[in-house]
Amino acid sequence: MPGARVGVLALQGSARLHVAAFAELGATPVEVRTPADLAGVDALVVPGGESTTLSLLLGSSGLRPALEDRVAGGLPVLGTCAGMIMCAGEVLGGRPDQRSVGALDITVRRNAFGRQRESFEADLDIDELAGGPFAAVFIRAPVVARAGPEVEVLARLPEGPVLCRSGGVVVAAFHPELGGDLRLHQSFLERI
Amino acid sequence: MTEASEPTEPTEPTEPTQPGQPRHRSLTGTFRVKRGLAEMLEGGVIMDVVDADQARVAEDAGAVAVMALERVPADIRRHGGVARMSDPAMIERIKAAVTIPVMAKARIGHFAEAQVLDALGVDFIDESEVLTPADEAHHIDKWAFDVPFVCGATTLGEALRRISEGAAMIRSKGEAGTGNIVEAVRHLRAITGDIRRLSVADPAERYDWAKRLPAPIGLVNEVAEAGVLPVPLFCAGGIATPADAALVMQLGAAAVFVGSGIFKSAEPARMARAIVEATTHHGDPALVAKVSRGLGEAMPGLEVGSLETRLADRGW
Repeated sequence: MPGARVGVLALQGSARLHVAAFAELGATPVEVRTPADLAGVDALVVPGGESTTLSLLLGSSGLRPALEDRVAGGLPVLGTCAGMIMCAGEVLGGRPDQRSVGALDITVRRNAFGRQRESFEADLDIDELAGGPFAAVFIRAPVVARAGPEVEVLARLPEGPVLCRSGGVVVAAFHPELGGDLRLHQSFLERI
Repeated sequence: MTEASEPTEPTEPTEPTQPGQPRHRSLTGTFRVKRGLAEMLEGGVIMDVVDADQARVAEDAGAVAVMALERVPADIRRHGGVARMSDPAMIERIKAAVTIPVMAKARIGHFAEAQVLDALGVDFIDESEVLTPADEAHHIDKWAFDVPFVCGATTLGEALRRISEGAAMIRSKGEAGTGNIVEAVRHLRAITGDIRRLSVADPAERYDWAKRLPAPIGLVNEVAEAGVLPVPLFCAGGIATPADAALVMQLGAAAVFVGSGIFKSAEPARMARAIVEATTHHGDPALVAKVSRGLGEAMPGLEVGSLETRLADRGW
């Protein structure tokens, strides 16, 4: 849906870059900070950032129950890095009070590759994306430790899956919003 | 970015340098990876902490990162003497206490302190005017490091000089340790105002800008065309209340550093939480009002005119 209203969770993190990406693709990006902002969107991006901070702000803003309702109703969601952690059913290496939304049946390990000095770029083979490997940027990135039977793994590294889809929910351990390559944003938009 | 700032990418992935290290990690320390962490911290609050307990309070309150240092700037002012990099043991305790990124400060020009911090595995190095400068002419060559650096700036020229040296994030300096927002506002307005004026300069005028700032013409052209710095602009120095955070966010800061403002306030945990909320919802005055209620005393403030040492003057 080219003109879709794509909500971008703007509590903290790389919201600005996702907004720019969807604007460039002709969608209508909407910053989401309150349940009222969420009500009118056709899809939602949960950006990169700090998942502990996002988890806290999701609670205090009143967005958590609203988001869980929309997700249960089939809202398409794109989660990148911290956004993948927020979408996961289960999180390893998080804080005990950290809560995810459970948008798809995966277990995610936080900071799976190490600290910032281990952050890296890698060329990923993503079968369904035409045009060659995807230059992916991993920053203190998580990895999928377990993917449920309903989950399609679209790309992986030796450490585990890094791009997954289940229904309308797509999650990446890396940051497609950082690389200047908008193919993943485009393919998400086409499936809304 | 300028040519110098483009990440240098090998055509083939290089072989692992350590046994067991997958080749996918060979492209570490690129500028995109460094600036990327700065971009992930946007909309957040980075808090100064002096021990593991404070680090946990900061993480509990929703900090996106902590800055590990031995004394907050207000105490550095009071204490006097030479302020240096923190004890590695203390930085390691803080790293072990939290899951969020840990930053630490090196003195201006003290690349050996930066090497030590890099070896400790800190996530970001602040080449900071809050510590006593080690070099009165040169800043650290930050391109030589895989770890990202943040540097302070009071003007657009200073910001672009730091970026030319490899800084992946700029923070307006303000006047650290004063609890007085006036200098932060001055510096943010100086930087964002000059970016706006530069963005309407014609190509010939940009050369004059490069001479006057002074800053490399490549970066001047880049800012003129993009209308923003090539790296995120955060704000530091003097933020003591939720309204201070809302002010600087509306003036164009992408995130805030709070030094003495939290742990020198009457109720640090509540103040920290309130500043996190106000930073996120900076455009919602009713929410800023709500979180500002009954926070107790903010840190004691200092009149900038009364200061013996102006930390913001350090940097060249």
